[in-house]
Amino acid sequence: MADQLINQLVWPIIFILCITVPLIIAVAMFVYWERKVIGWMHVRLGPSKIGPFGLLQAFADVVKLLIKEVILPTKANRFLYFMAPLLALIPALAAWAVIPFSSKMVLSNANAGVLYLLAMTSLGVYGIIIAGWASNSRYALLGAMRSAAQVISYELAMGLCLVCVLVLAGSLNLTDIVNAQAGGKGLFDWFWLPLLPVFVIYFISGVAETNRAPFDVAEGESEIVAGFHVEYSGSAFAIFFLAEYANMILVSFLASILFLGGWLSPLQGWIHADAPGWINWIWTGSWVWLFIKAFVMSFLFLWFRATFPRYRYDQIMRLGWKVLIPIAIVWVMVAGCMKFFGWVSIGVGA
Amino acid sequence: MNPQLFQLICFYAFGFVTVAAALSVITLKNTVHAVLALVLTFFSAACLWMLIDAEFLALALIVVYVGAVMVLFLFVVMMLDIDQEKMREGFVKFLPVGLIVAAAMLVEMLGLIGVRAMHAQVMGANPATAAGLSNTAWLGQALYTKFLLPFEIAALILTVGVVAAVALTLRERGDARYESASQQVKVNPRDRVRIVKMAAERPVDETPAPPQESTP
Repeated sequence: MADQLINQLVWPIIFILCITVPLIIAVAMFVYWERKVIGWMHVRLGPSKIGPFGLLQAFADVVKLLIKEVILPTKANRFLYFMAPLLALIPALAAWAVIPFSSKMVLSNANAGVLYLLAMTSLGVYGIIIAGWASNSRYALLGAMRSAAQVISYELAMGLCLVCVLVLAGSLNLTDIVNAQAGGKGLFDWFWLPLLPVFVIYFISGVAETNRAPFDVAEGESEIVAGFHVEYSGSAFAIFFLAEYANMILVSFLASILFLGGWLSPLQGWIHADAPGWINWIWTGSWVWLFIKAFVMSFLFLWFRATFPRYRYDQIMRLGWKVLIPIAIVWVMVAGCMKFFGWVSIGVGA
Repeated sequence: MNPQLFQLICFYAFGFVTVAAALSVITLKNTVHAVLALVLTFFSAACLWMLIDAEFLALALIVVYVGAVMVLFLFVVMMLDIDQEKMREGFVKFLPVGLIVAAAMLVEMLGLIGVRAMHAQVMGANPATAAGLSNTAWLGQALYTKFLLPFEIAALILTVGVVAAVALTLRERGDARYESASQQVKVNPRDRVRIVKMAAERPVDETPAPPQESTP
């Protein structure tokens, strides 16, 4: 009885903490890295005062946010107002349950992993909408409206991209999808090559779904102050912030898993040396590769933000519906042909 | 704790949430709250389906209804300016009609369930587990082989519905101003901005400049 309890309850909770706690710390460091990178791109220094190289800046900000007063606007809906940040955060964290970090390291090796991810990312929009409505503020409501329309539009493009991956991999399980990208041609066995347009569309949709620049009209500082979270302060705002950045890191990980071979090494099949474990991973693949890939993808978010001006709202809609979705639909058929005629090798020597 | 007991506890917990949320959909006075209760109903119904290994249906319910349909619904309801008092006025007037509709639906549902219970045997084993496949894979194989024609017809009907919805709402208004996307894309920067080449500095006079004020 006690053994079962430990196996079914205690260990999963420990595993969940092993994912969420480093994730939250990663968010803090990612915020610091974002400010540093954008600073360098603007020929500034970025945060440099607190701790060595300003490394502790993010933690100072967290402490500042936590001890600030949480303000409830007049006539705001109290229950929904405080519920909204949690509704934004829960799906952002829950989606990490099915992410495989290496061939063995996965919390839940669910068969319908990709569907679960789609379900979780589509739930995140409720936090934003409810925040906008419960704040009893025009700016917040406008931000929520924009965000809802944008997330729904780009979810379609994202879903079609996932369909292409599913067609090639033949599975909804994320571990199987990564294994389907194994082969003897190194990084040319990954899905980014046969699915190159889809890879680009997936990442653009990911940027739009997380409401990041250049698709950040939901925040639109120059038009609607800060959008849906304009009335939030202190820890409630911090939770929105955490959810947004956790989602960014999630999209980076997903792009790495679905299109860049997850934990597989870019040198797979090229080197067959027999070496000790601490150096072997360079060609046999390990979680380190996944983290490197995800880091590069997340860097793109920051690069976009420092480079592109914000899209106009109608331009965002046109890009989503009239450019990305048609290309993705065509590529679903192309992927079907690739699979049917065997133009790509799936998971050779996995 | 054995798995069956745990499953049973989960079933009752999700079932209770489903029923409670469904009841609050029709009892809550605030329309936005009612829509959110409906979202909760869908979500816990999806959890119930998950318990009987119908993972594809459960996740599709969340993706389609919770993630898209209800968001748009919420979108509309939030924009409405509903007078709560006026909404309650018609309660007595519409009560008889409501009761008749409720009774008819109850009879239909009982009839359907009763007929099923008389004719069908106890449900067999889960066909997906019997075939040794995951629920999604089994459903996909069944839809694309055994039920291909009904599936295609359903897709066709949905497409017709989408086209009809667009055709009904797409009306050209005479006084509306549209931006032509193709014109915007074709714009050449040289038509808008003229870049003038000029020296970065003016040539300095030979005479020494007057002492400048020091800037703070």
